Amino acid sequence: MTVLEQPGAYRPTPPPAWQPRVDAAPLLPDAEPYRLLGTDAAADIDPALLTRLYGELVRGRRYNTQATALTRQGRLAVYPSSTGQEACQVAAGLVLREQDWLFPSYRDTLAAVVRGLDPVHALTLLRGDWHSGYDPRDHRVAPLCTPLATQLPHAVGLAHAARLKGDDVVALALVGDGGTSEGDFHEALNFAAVWRAPVVFLIQNNGFAISVPLAKQTAAPSLAHKAVGYGMPGRLVDGNDAVAVHQVLGEAVRRARAGGGPTLVEAVTYRLEAHTNADDATRYRSDAEVEAWRAHDPITLLEEAMRDRGLLDDQAVQSARDAAERMAADLRTRMHQDPALDPMDLFEDVYAEKTGQLREQADALRAELAAEEGER
Amino acid sequence: MTTTAVKPATMAQALGRALRDAMAADPAVHVLGEDVGTLGGVFRITDGLAKEFGDDRCTDTPLAEAGILGTAVGMAMYGLRPVVEMQFDAFAYPSFEQLVSHVSRMRNRTRGALPMPITVRVPYGGGIGGVEHHSDSSEAYYMATPGLHVVAPATVADAYGLLRAAIASDDPVVFLEPKRLYWSKAEWSPDHPEEVAPIGRAVVRRPATGGRTATLISYGPSVPVCLEAAEAASAEGWDLEVVDLRSLVPFDDETVCASVRRTGRAVVVHESTGFGGPGGEIAARITERCFHHLEAPVLRVAGFDIPYPPPMLERHHLPGVDRVLDAVARLQWESEWTEGRAV
Ligand SMILES: Cc1ncc(C[n+]2csc(CCOP(=O)(O)OP(=O)(O)O)c2C)c(N)n1
Ligand SMILES: [Mg+2]
Repeated sequence: MTVLEQPGAYRPTPPPAWQPRVDAAPLLPDAEPYRLLGTDAAADIDPALLTRLYGELVRGRRYNTQATALTRQGRLAVYPSSTGQEACQVAAGLVLREQDWLFPSYRDTLAAVVRGLDPVHALTLLRGDWHSGYDPRDHRVAPLCTPLATQLPHAVGLAHAARLKGDDVVALALVGDGGTSEGDFHEALNFAAVWRAPVVFLIQNNGFAISVPLAKQTAAPSLAHKAVGYGMPGRLVDGNDAVAVHQVLGEAVRRARAGGGPTLVEAVTYRLEAHTNADDATRYRSDAEVEAWRAHDPITLLEEAMRDRGLLDDQAVQSARDAAERMAADLRTRMHQDPALDPMDLFEDVYAEKTGQLREQADALRAELAAEEGER
Repeated sequence: MTTTAVKPATMAQALGRALRDAMAADPAVHVLGEDVGTLGGVFRITDGLAKEFGDDRCTDTPLAEAGILGTAVGMAMYGLRPVVEMQFDAFAYPSFEQLVSHVSRMRNRTRGALPMPITVRVPYGGGIGGVEHHSDSSEAYYMATPGLHVVAPATVADAYGLLRAAIASDDPVVFLEPKRLYWSKAEWSPDHPEEVAPIGRAVVRRPATGGRTATLISYGPSVPVCLEAAEAASAEGWDLEVVDLRSLVPFDDETVCASVRRTGRAVVVHESTGFGGPGGEIAARITERCFHHLEAPVLRVAGFDIPYPPPMLERHHLPGVDRVLDAVARLQWESEWTEGRAV
């Protein structure tokens, strides 16, 4: 028997009982991915929105096939295709206002293009040209980010800064399923929730991080469930249903804009192509699995729903394809022109002003170039 | 707050004053870090800032260094001028990815569109009896990352002037604050802080006038050690020049080489490990530029190539006056053929 157990012993009163500070229930995602296409609710969707989404999906698919073709022609060093994920890309590109910011990863050039970026500028990094082919301030699109999840805290910081200034700005940050395992994912979501920053996080869960399936990535009930731990709502949506993704993201963006804080959206989709042109997907997944997802193609889903409502005929389909073809032809032509890079630019923008060291190194390279020129 | 008299002030006070003045001068300056608000930081450098400028300008963040620096990147993208406090040298490591992959190269990646005017304040170095992970000299990691400025003040006046310059800089600055000099004192008036040269200029703290001369090159916490060694050396017939680098990046080759050309001998002193430490780079630069002026190889007095030792043994690890004098004695005076040359 310890002293405290003796009859009449002094027992300290425990501090006030722990209580959850927020009710977890409203933060929980749906049990099944949210869908609109193929449901009764599809009948009420604005036809203009459907037409817009359809045109962008068709153009987006063509953009993906064209970019992949450019890798085979040696015009792109690498292309991480978003084929199969166009619904997410298009919705992300359309859902923001002019003043908002998009934070893309390497796989999200299509979202940037939908937002208004010139495709050639979006692909500059991937052709082996300068790291960012565009001024991020022009379209409020952050530079394509390759170190996984590291763009997420940037989105939080930018949104937080804008809120402190009293500006009406929302940041939408994109990340993959694999990226959710990174520490920066955790830190970004935690900061966003604590600061109530106007940010929306969109996870495109395409089933794989290169070869590693989701089951080896997480034991969470769903990636959307992770939101609850940070005190923000998690939404689970069918990532191939463009209308559903557009709606869920739209709600999250409105909520952020109104001061309601961040939302985590998990869009369940599938990467129909290999990780990049350099990857061999047959080493880690079966054709049958891919075929099953092809049957759930985002373009087909929308096309069928629109035909059902008489909003799309063969002629409209053809004209969408023609528009996409024109975009592809233009992209092809321009990507087949060799970009002109000036080696002397290597020393620019390392610092606001070159250090003595960089001036010396620039002089050395200039002399090398002059010697090369002389040899010719 | 108006004290006109020049009174002794500590480096910690000068740093705090620099933050305050920078925040008052520019509403874009935001301080963020762990415990920087209510508490004023574990070293009290940010004391009073939250009270004066509000929690939104001096923010206690969640405990996550990558998150702190990562959000600072986004804040800088939006036009703010974040000043990040890392609680201790070794606790800055979780933020390395953001520092290396984004802070240091965002300007370059975006071809000048998105500069990163971020100051990362890092209390660094040993000699304070700190247990494991509280005494690292991590400057070599930062130096090896193009795009960063790396600054370390050694005096009260420099602490103020260089921190103001760091915050005003449009480039990211890793600002290394020598913990063991936090409580060092000097006559210093917060209301008339003396002008400090821009980042990138070294300074001769003690000029040599002639005789048996050599240059001691150091920065941050090792500068007072070198000054003390120079005083002791004068009793033994040496006249040592002491160069305080103040910034490792940009590196002031001009001041360093001018001094070495005058004296003909050089010793680099720092707490950081010798192997792969800043001294190797500095010795190489001197050799490349001043070879014909050198009477002896450039020597280094550095911390041992070991993980930072327990506080009970740290005095054996840290470069002290004796070790500096030993190095000076090894500068091949016996082969002296320029003895007595005028400086
Ligand atoms: C920090 C980091 N580690 C590793 C990589 C290499 N890498 C590039 S993409 C990738 C898989 C990412 O998977 P996911 O987040 O699901 O995005 P997805 O490629 O499927 O769009 C890996 C491991 C990287 N870019 N960054
Ligand atoms: Mg994935």
